[in-house]
Amino acid sequence: MNKPKKKLNGNSFLLMITILLFIIMYAAGMIIFADKGFAKPQMFLNLFISNAGLLVIAMGQTIVMITAGIDISVGSVTALVCMVVANQMENHGASAFTAVAFALAIGLAYGLIQGFLVSYMEIQPFIVTLAGMFFGRGMTSIISTDMIAIKNEMFLAWANYKIYLPIGTYSKRGKFIPAYIYPTVIIAVLIFIVIALIMKYTKFGRSVYAIGGNEQSALMMGLNVKRTKLKAYLLDGVLAGMGGFLFCLNSCSGFVEQAKGIEMDAISSAVIGGTLLSGGVGTPVGTLFGVLIKGSISSLITTQGTLSSWWVRITLSALLCFFIVLQSIFASLKKKK
Amino acid sequence: MEKDVLLTMRDISKTFPGVKALQHVDFTLRRGEIHALMGENGAGKSTLIKVLTGVYEFDSGVVRMAGNDTPIVNHSPQDAQKAGISTVYQEVNLCPNLSVAENLFIGREPRKVGMIDWKTMNRKSAELLAELDIDVAATMKLEEVSLANQQMIAIARAVDMECQVLILDEPTSSLDDDEVAKLFKLMNRLKDKGVGIIFVTHFLEQVYAVCDRITVLRNGELVGEYQVKDLPRVMLVAKMMGKDFDDLADIKSAHEGKGLGEKIPVIEAEGISHKGTIKPFNITINKGEVIGLSGLLGSGRSELVRAIYGADKAESGTLKVNGKEAKINSPIDAMKLGMAYLPEDRKKDGILADLSVRENIIIAMQAKRGMFKPMSRKEMEEAADKYIEMLQIKTASRETPIKSLSGGNQQKVIIGRWLLTNPEYLILDEPTRGIDIGTKTEIQKLVLDLADQGMAVTFISSEVEEMLRTCSRMAILRDGKKVGEIEGAEMTQEGVMNAIAGAGGDEKHEE
Amino acid sequence: MQLQELEVTRNMKNKFDIRKITGMRLFMPIVCLLAVLLINVITTPGFFKVTLNNGVLYGYVVDVINRASELVILAVGMTLVTAASGGQDISVGATMAVAGAVCCQILSGGQVTTNTFENPLILAMLAAIVVAGICGAFNGFLVAKLNIQPMVATLILYTAGRGIAQLITKGQITYVRVDAYKVFGGYFGKCPIPTPIFIAILFVIIVYIVLKKTALGLYIESVGINGTASRLVGLNSTMIKFLTYVICGVLAGVAGLVASSRIYSADANNIGLNLEMDAILAVALGGNVLGGGKFSLMGSVIGAYTIQALTTTLYAMNVSADQLPVYKAIVVIIIVTLQSPVFKKFMANQKAKRAASKAVAEGGNQS
Repeated sequence: MNKPKKKLNGNSFLLMITILLFIIMYAAGMIIFADKGFAKPQMFLNLFISNAGLLVIAMGQTIVMITAGIDISVGSVTALVCMVVANQMENHGASAFTAVAFALAIGLAYGLIQGFLVSYMEIQPFIVTLAGMFFGRGMTSIISTDMIAIKNEMFLAWANYKIYLPIGTYSKRGKFIPAYIYPTVIIAVLIFIVIALIMKYTKFGRSVYAIGGNEQSALMMGLNVKRTKLKAYLLDGVLAGMGGFLFCLNSCSGFVEQAKGIEMDAISSAVIGGTLLSGGVGTPVGTLFGVLIKGSISSLITTQGTLSSWWVRITLSALLCFFIVLQSIFASLKKKK
Repeated sequence: MEKDVLLTMRDISKTFPGVKALQHVDFTLRRGEIHALMGENGAGKSTLIKVLTGVYEFDSGVVRMAGNDTPIVNHSPQDAQKAGISTVYQEVNLCPNLSVAENLFIGREPRKVGMIDWKTMNRKSAELLAELDIDVAATMKLEEVSLANQQMIAIARAVDMECQVLILDEPTSSLDDDEVAKLFKLMNRLKDKGVGIIFVTHFLEQVYAVCDRITVLRNGELVGEYQVKDLPRVMLVAKMMGKDFDDLADIKSAHEGKGLGEKIPVIEAEGISHKGTIKPFNITINKGEVIGLSGLLGSGRSELVRAIYGADKAESGTLKVNGKEAKINSPIDAMKLGMAYLPEDRKKDGILADLSVRENIIIAMQAKRGMFKPMSRKEMEEAADKYIEMLQIKTASRETPIKSLSGGNQQKVIIGRWLLTNPEYLILDEPTRGIDIGTKTEIQKLVLDLADQGMAVTFISSEVEEMLRTCSRMAILRDGKKVGEIEGAEMTQEGVMNAIAGAGGDEKHEE
Repeated sequence: MQLQELEVTRNMKNKFDIRKITGMRLFMPIVCLLAVLLINVITTPGFFKVTLNNGVLYGYVVDVINRASELVILAVGMTLVTAASGGQDISVGATMAVAGAVCCQILSGGQVTTNTFENPLILAMLAAIVVAGICGAFNGFLVAKLNIQPMVATLILYTAGRGIAQLITKGQITYVRVDAYKVFGGYFGKCPIPTPIFIAILFVIIVYIVLKKTALGLYIESVGINGTASRLVGLNSTMIKFLTYVICGVLAGVAGLVASSRIYSADANNIGLNLEMDAILAVALGGNVLGGGKFSLMGSVIGAYTIQALTTTLYAMNVSADQLPVYKAIVVIIIVTLQSPVFKKFMANQKAKRAASKAVAEGGNQS
């Protein structure tokens, strides 16, 4: 059998840039902010802790973006989930388990409706999810315009359960301080693994890639394009619901302005991680690195201390812009070839 | 049904609004043969294939496949595939972002405990590729594979899905000679296995190199079915283009002798080329002359005028307009030098569907004048009315959206659009395609009138007799090259067809 | 379809047909506006009552027209962008905030609050509009030159824009407590009519005149309908798309100044909040197809007033500002569903079926 010539094509090149960027960024942080504890393992784990929800949401975003779609409603779904979860537990006496069910149901409903409008009614995904975004934010404020803090014991127990790892640092007195994570990280990482497997090893996953690569061809090859797209949005919705719940475990509250701009974080993470806006290309692994880059930017800026938190979003937007332009250049190079 | 007959289509008719695309066409495919389906633009080749593969539903007729007692009707390409009919199109219908193996197996991947078994899939793909002698690795991404190999992979996919009938719809248009040879080897292999292949192409040489039988269509009607060895090239060209003059008067005679005085060149092109489509090309076009570009579809006739007009950027060569060297980077440059271009695909490149007849007529003139010199409402209306009357455009009013006009009238609007810019050089690419006979004659007459008034015209058509009627000189193209130029007495059906048929034809062609 | 036929027959009968055609095109937007007004009259009895208090006009209608000003200006820009590129600019709200921030920051000379102009007003306003134009040019570059989907391209500024505005104002709300600045969002001299109304009308007229006195309107429609055909008739599609984004940015800047003048401050978080959705809705309500092509400026303007009337109605029905998007989102989805080719095809099929069954019935009668 012939050995495939391993050419470095544009897409894997983009992913390489991303991974390198992350390593350089993190290493630079470790050197510059060594005195502020940036080099500790806990600092690295914090990336996962504070971005567990985003990771799950970004997984869904990656899937719809591979079909050449987009979902900008995820931020408001997160806010709606947090609000409903908080409201149900605090004002209606629901248990934490019921709250999970509510979160998933909201995600499912969003996925179903948006998916139907995009795949069967053939409406631009952007318009559909833009409406979804405003709808969710508005519904959140219909439930309550005030912040609801969650005091449900079981919920807080989940949220604050520390899982210690056998790694860590030694304090000045030589005492071992183990690094820890929260259950949200485990759930997020599990979901990441499951999605990675789905995308690689199931007919659905491969059909998603095929549709993004060339919808017409996918149809000609006998794939059910509409149903696959619906499924993609459905999965995306459920993941947004789940991600919203993880987000809620992190913030333990529900309020209208919550998770504002998380859709942008999710889209940037996916794009920075090598997902093409034109569809067909992208991997959960790449998106994971995109999320880690986003996380590193925020922790660098927080650690630095004097910069406004707005810099996180501006840096991320600039990075997104940079990667979009790179994609565009690679695309035109490919065309010329 | 005969024993070796695989597929029969009998008395197939298909009508689109205003067009009879197929009229009582018969087609028969036998086991283990390569059967060429030939015809010029609008002959009905692609309609016939789309009817067979379920893209369109036919109005009447019967399709039978060997092994089925009842006639089959396909409602979608998937249906056709299930019935054992697979198609490989000119545009490869595969996913460039997936691996070769995936493209071969998507939708029917081998599984192990519910998950895709990549190992087996890659192994099976490698076997299939080896068996068909396709030299690519199964794990490569499709977009890294050459176009020819993509074409082969598409065929491999079709073959592996156990097709009995393989339709190849212009698979060779973008392949070079070596790649074509490889493709033919594969086709012959499949033929030996008993697959029936329908081969649609416009390259005559390829038909004679690989096919056993030819079915020729013209204007939606069956011309006939022939053994390749019994049908010389010139005969084939004649059958495709139609030899018999229609009832139209010989309108050219009325114009004979006029406008053929001193030759003043308007366009002098030297060494114009475009990557992959036209090889360096010289042509001179004089004032008051209608020059025809003749050749089969894909010979480079459209690409040449597009390069001159700046629709595609020419790769090399110089262009002189009225004796002065011109730099043309985009259509507007060409327009400012007095050129006008009626594109081949009216729907895609010509009309602005939602705009009114008036706006469609004035748009080019307006673009030429620039954004800050808008035409007044009155000017626009006068211009529109003038051309509606002059070209006898049938429209409810000048404000009617052009999309609600018939094809012929849409074409007249586009012609009006260009006449309004008062061009010195007018390019007409297939101006009469898909248009009723009356309008056709009108357009031909108009072309001659314009030439009489001193306009230089380039006329492209798939119909030889139309060209003979309108052109004063013809350049013959084959495979992106100019193979001859004929004038005056040489301009006969025989002469043109021999030139188009080229090497292997019975007579020499002029250089 | 029937409308078209009607138009045609009218054209043939009547020479003064132009106004009637626009009349037909504006039919739906006007009906929507009337419907909303009707609801208003029912829910709020004194809706059309206008009184003169302290030398200025008061009343619901005045309020609707006044409050709609920014939206009208935005809707004009959004219409052009939609027509030329078949997509929407969702960064207009953020651009407004940036323009407001630039203007106030220059006027205050970098202080948090000021009672006098530190720099000339004209300079500050020009700078704000130039910056807004640059925002538009950035979007235009991404869309027209790099061929990125309009909404993805403008998403960048949608998110980053407010951050940039925050940076400009150093994270604070900059106040300009000077009467001359309050004019643009308040009243001019002794004129009883709020200034924003005039500004909105002025810019609608300017754009209208630009479209009429140049061929830009026709160019935009051509490019939106068929890019390749437009190129072949000599139009520069890239340039025209780019230009619409710049115009949209400039108009967003103007709207931002009005909004900032109303509250005589630059509130980066709230200026133009959720207005992008309203602007898109205005365009859709104005009978424009969100996929691009032919457009009606007046339709969008009427659409904008309709939305403001609707907003006022919802306020009157005790719906809070936060909740408005829910209803607007539903309206948008309904409109785009009605516009979608799938729905139209479905309706056409239904019609064909009915016609066919009717024909069969008639055939039966004849025999």
